[in-house]
Amino acid sequence: MLNVSEVSKTFFPGTVNERRALDDVNLQLAAGDFVTVIGSNGAGKSTVLNTVAGRITQEKGVVELENRDVSKLKEHQRAAQIGRVFQDPMAGTSPNLTIEQNLSLADRRGYSRGLRLGVTASKRERFAEALKVLELGLEDRLRAKVGLLSGGQRQALSLLMATLSQPKVLLLDEHTAALDPQRAELVTRLTTKIVKEQKLTTLMVTHNMAQALEVGNRLIMMHEGRIILDVSDEEKEKLAPGDLLAEFSKIKGAVVDDKTMLQ
Amino acid sequence: MITALELGLIYALVALGVYLTFRILNFPDLTVDGSFTSGAATAAVLIVNGTDPFLASAAAFVVGALAGLITGLLHTKGNINGLLAGILTMIGLYSINLRIMGGANIPLLGEDTLISGLRDVAGSGWTSVLVLVAMALVFKLIIDWFLHTDSGLALQATGDNEQMITSFAVSTDRMKIIGLMISNGLVGLGGAIVAQFQGFADIGMGIGLILVGLASVIVGQAIFGTRVVMQATLAVVLGAVVYRLAIQFALNVGLNPNDMKLMSAVLVVAALLLPQWKGFQRIAQWRKNRTALDAAGDATLTSEAKTHGEKVR
Repeated sequence: MLNVSEVSKTFFPGTVNERRALDDVNLQLAAGDFVTVIGSNGAGKSTVLNTVAGRITQEKGVVELENRDVSKLKEHQRAAQIGRVFQDPMAGTSPNLTIEQNLSLADRRGYSRGLRLGVTASKRERFAEALKVLELGLEDRLRAKVGLLSGGQRQALSLLMATLSQPKVLLLDEHTAALDPQRAELVTRLTTKIVKEQKLTTLMVTHNMAQALEVGNRLIMMHEGRIILDVSDEEKEKLAPGDLLAEFSKIKGAVVDDKTMLQ
Repeated sequence: MITALELGLIYALVALGVYLTFRILNFPDLTVDGSFTSGAATAAVLIVNGTDPFLASAAAFVVGALAGLITGLLHTKGNINGLLAGILTMIGLYSINLRIMGGANIPLLGEDTLISGLRDVAGSGWTSVLVLVAMALVFKLIIDWFLHTDSGLALQATGDNEQMITSFAVSTDRMKIIGLMISNGLVGLGGAIVAQFQGFADIGMGIGLILVGLASVIVGQAIFGTRVVMQATLAVVLGAVVYRLAIQFALNVGLNPNDMKLMSAVLVVAALLLPQWKGFQRIAQWRKNRTALDAAGDATLTSEAKTHGEKVR
């Protein structure tokens, strides 16, 4: 489904700040794979996601979606098949538009946008139905501006919007990191539920080891732009946070950031 | 008074255009100073050469839209800062406008124009004001409708959150170009009708127009509110009329037409500074509380969200 092969990326090449963010990364996701990505700060987790999304152009290597090379496509062109939820709860929704208008924008992903009304009675019904999954009562507030919602509500809505038109690949970039524990738990639960129901091929970056072990069928650990651990299915089930920490400490000089230590 | 109302309603087209870029796209577009004159010049030349005034005005819309297209391309494909892109187009248009007109001024006296047609049908009293009210409302409603279509929503989201709308497969470059084209098209059309109203097109008629548009948008929205798009566009139309009445008042108390640019600037500054003044904030808070109470009363019926903490649009 998703194939990242021999992708490299260096930031600020030729300057004192030169940093190798990705170093010949190879990553293949089968249809329906739910992969969690962990690693210390600067390990290249988000860079992988941004390379797949087209926000960052790699210097070398190929990104393929369903056997089609998308390396040359722009971010918005790839977005026709890729759903994304960002870390910042404010980033995934349009605050001045209403809930139903935001959903309508999400609903048209991959289709042309013409001069038909964005929200109609039948669409409204469908959106309300979709919102019920969130169990936040948003289905009764369809005409409220999204800017009025709390961070947790907005992130749950972002998740629903990202998955509304069933993308080929779903990219989650620490999408629960900015939420309080209760909301983070809710969004994680919704993520598992939606991904499972729609059988979405998912790549999820997280800082939270417990979360990385708890969700998904496969886990990869990154360090200094390389994938240093790749476990799936039963092997992953057997792992405990302690094992991951041990894995981290094997890497000489690796700095495990505070958030990771706290888990 | 009637003249001020009529002019205000014609300038409402310009104000709606400025609203699209300034408020919806969040793009301070200075192209309008040039595209306004381009519209006027195009229509004037065509009318003098015997073209139907409706067609001539439509052509003015197209020429204005082309000016917007250039600014849009400079900004999105050329990565030129938005303000600078607008200024570049505006300056370039000055020469183009002189070329179109073949001189600095084209008189339209005695020609068949939209306004002479209006005078034949409705005279120059309240009837003609009503006709112009209808025209302004038609354009307002078209914009309301457009902003609620799939494209229009994408345009709004482009001004609101580029990262988000990009992630839903919309090219923000394309939306910005479309927005700039519609906006400058409206401004060009406004220029064409203003030229027909005053009986001539002049190379200097667009100078400072951005302030006229901004003043209308800001003053209108400060007075009449911005809660939903339909209210915001109505506020813009009314703002254009209020602005004209304010100018009329200034002329009546003894200022001369040459003072008008300063008046526009002072009016915009006042509209921007007043809301920051503490006393004004208290009034605004009091008003907000009142509407919040009203909304709370309605909440059981509509479950509509309250106006608390909403961003001004």
